[in-house]
Amino acid sequence: MGTVVLLALTGLGLGALYFLIASGLSLVFGLADVLNFAHGLFLSVGAYATWWAGGRLSGPWGFPVAVLFGVACGAAVGGLVELVLIRPLYRRPTEQVLVTVGLSLAGVALLQAGWGADPRRYPSPQWTQKVTRVLGADVPNDRLLLIGVAVVVLAGLLAFLRFTRYGLVIRAGVENRAMVSALGIDVRRAFTLVFAIGGALAGLAGALGGVYFGSVSPGQGASLLIFAFIVVVIGGMGSVTGSAYAAVAVGLLQQFVNYYGTAGAGDICVVALLAVVLLVRPAGIAGRAAT
Amino acid sequence: MLDVRDLSAWIGGSHILQGVTFGVEGTGVTALLGRNGVGKTSTLRAILGELPATGSVTVDGEPVLGRPTHRLVRAGLGYVPEDRCVFAGLSVAENLRLACRVPDPDYDTVYSLFPELRTRARQRAGTLSGGQQQMVAIGRLLLNPNRLLLIDEPTKGLAPKVVAEVTAVLAQVAQRVPILLVEQNLAVVRRLAGTAVVLAAGRVAWQGEAADLLGDADRTRSLLGVGSTGLGRGAASDAPSQSSRRGDH
Repeated sequence: MGTVVLLALTGLGLGALYFLIASGLSLVFGLADVLNFAHGLFLSVGAYATWWAGGRLSGPWGFPVAVLFGVACGAAVGGLVELVLIRPLYRRPTEQVLVTVGLSLAGVALLQAGWGADPRRYPSPQWTQKVTRVLGADVPNDRLLLIGVAVVVLAGLLAFLRFTRYGLVIRAGVENRAMVSALGIDVRRAFTLVFAIGGALAGLAGALGGVYFGSVSPGQGASLLIFAFIVVVIGGMGSVTGSAYAAVAVGLLQQFVNYYGTAGAGDICVVALLAVVLLVRPAGIAGRAAT
Repeated sequence: MLDVRDLSAWIGGSHILQGVTFGVEGTGVTALLGRNGVGKTSTLRAILGELPATGSVTVDGEPVLGRPTHRLVRAGLGYVPEDRCVFAGLSVAENLRLACRVPDPDYDTVYSLFPELRTRARQRAGTLSGGQQQMVAIGRLLLNPNRLLLIDEPTKGLAPKVVAEVTAVLAQVAQRVPILLVEQNLAVVRRLAGTAVVLAAGRVAWQGEAADLLGDADRTRSLLGVGSTGLGRGAASDAPSQSSRRGDH
């Protein structure tokens, strides 16, 4: 029982991380039709910014402030990438893919040039390295932190999409961008906003991923991005709740198969799940709707 | 009020509009007619900046061609596209709220014309009937003050009773705002339009009083390929078939 609880909560923690990355990716793709391979860079920026600030701040509020700094850096980079690189390339998908792939490669190289290729120890607060007893299992606190943050982010995103004017514009834009323009709304401002939101969430994932993995390294973002893409496709492009369901499924499947099967089999099972979803429900769990 | 001169537009390399020139007066309904695929919808989309176009389009003397769609709409060009394009995943109330671009939207007018939109406020627009969706699409326009409305086939695919209702609403609306109307149902055109512009092969083939066009069976047949004597929906087989009309640009 204890093992199952531990595996389940670890899987959910991993799923929470995937969700933080995938929800922004999904909104960006759903609204702006941009397949953003640079999303992993936003994560790395958040991770390194938190690592940098965390090493300079102390006291009980040091780490939360460092995380906020990481989130702000992720948001700033996300918004800036949209304004400078993506905006001139709307309706040119091939060039967009090239530019975002190039940016992610250049970003990894820049991080390596600045801080080296080796993983850096992460300034996690003490309490995240302790365990809490849950149903007979000693569960590391970092997993509970990830799960808690992801639940708050999910609720916040859904409330934003449902109750704010920009949320309404994004939900409508995911369905039919041209018609949003035809109602007199500058839909491109919403594009910048979703890039910034995606960057902020990826930055948050980077900051908390550092706690989960215990270190930061330049390639972390890119490797997590692969699973985030899988989550987006399974969940349905543009759907935040779809991403949440898919992230939980992927995280749990990976953990349980890796534990009870051989290490690495979990990743293969995730790809198999992707194939099954694409065959049975090509539009993903939620279809195309920003909910 | 709207002056279109030598308008050319392209879709995927094909030259859809080849120098379209016509004007829309400051009152009443101007019908934009023509056989399937002659470029009626493309004309509206080119005016609104949704298609790459050359030539000149002015609204009250102010050049508008090349400006982004959302600016033109904010400047008072209201648009109802073919197939209505309501947001299926949003509620009726959200569809209307999204369209509000002034601080005091005119919900009174919308709800007095379409009381059903109030009772169905929380219903998802995707679950509405075609007629109800058209109410949402027209309601979206009427929330804001407009200088000109561009309405594309508002009665397409609707039941005869609903066609009559939509036509009656448009007649009321046209008393306040001029309308450029693309419409295949000649009974509707006869009821609403004062002026008609007929396109053929990407150019204006005829323009003048709508009554002169529809009163002359030979002219109607040669320009539109249909008779003009029928009155009800699908008057004198004005709609060859729903499927072939879908291909209209």
